[in-house]
Amino acid sequence: MAITVDLLDAPFNPGRFVGPFTDAHPGLGGVCTFVGEVRSDDDTVEALELLHYERMTRPGMEDLAAQAAERFELMGLLMVHRGGVMHPGEPIVLVSACARHRRGAIDAVDFAMDHLKSRSWFWKREKRAGEWHWIEPREQDYSDLARWGD
Amino acid sequence: MAVTVVFIGKLADLAGEEERKVPAPLTWSGMAGVLGAGITEAAADERTKIAVNGQVLADKTALDAGDGDEVALLPPVSGG
Repeated sequence: MAITVDLLDAPFNPGRFVGPFTDAHPGLGGVCTFVGEVRSDDDTVEALELLHYERMTRPGMEDLAAQAAERFELMGLLMVHRGGVMHPGEPIVLVSACARHRRGAIDAVDFAMDHLKSRSWFWKREKRAGEWHWIEPREQDYSDLARWGD
Repeated sequence: MAVTVVFIGKLADLAGEEERKVPAPLTWSGMAGVLGAGITEAAADERTKIAVNGQVLADKTALDAGDGDEVALLPPVSGG
């Protein structure tokens, strides 16, 4: 079982992480990958910034990854999150899971994303019309999280 | 001697800085006198969490940070 957690402060290419990750798990039955990007359909958002608190954010991501790996009996889990200022079209987050069977891989990614959205130590703000606005989780984020009953 | 208080996100905007050293001990009841009414009111918001040395307090009112401790005031998170 291999868990990789990374917190980056510069743009990244998800494919450069996912390729080696799947190569490192021969015999896998399924790999599921999610990449979240800064939306560009709403052109009022000029930039997005994610803050983190190093002392808690990285350990929190490591705990989450370990929980997901155990709960869904994964062969491997890759979790990469951006910090800093990002622009539309740039990746924010990458989660990739590989398992013997598809369901574990798909559910692990869903679980990890719901927890990254509303229970991990990140703070997000958006720049619109030259001004920064802090973003708080939506009700939907909390109800997504509640599905997992933890 | 000092306690380091870390302000995150909108709380840093409110505090006008990201970090402040205050005299130890820092307790919940002593917070207003040390950090001011605005910060204390934001800290009392039920969605604001307080961590000491990276551990979130289950009960914020039990805050009792000593010399060398780092207290973080954490507004609601939003990642992904």
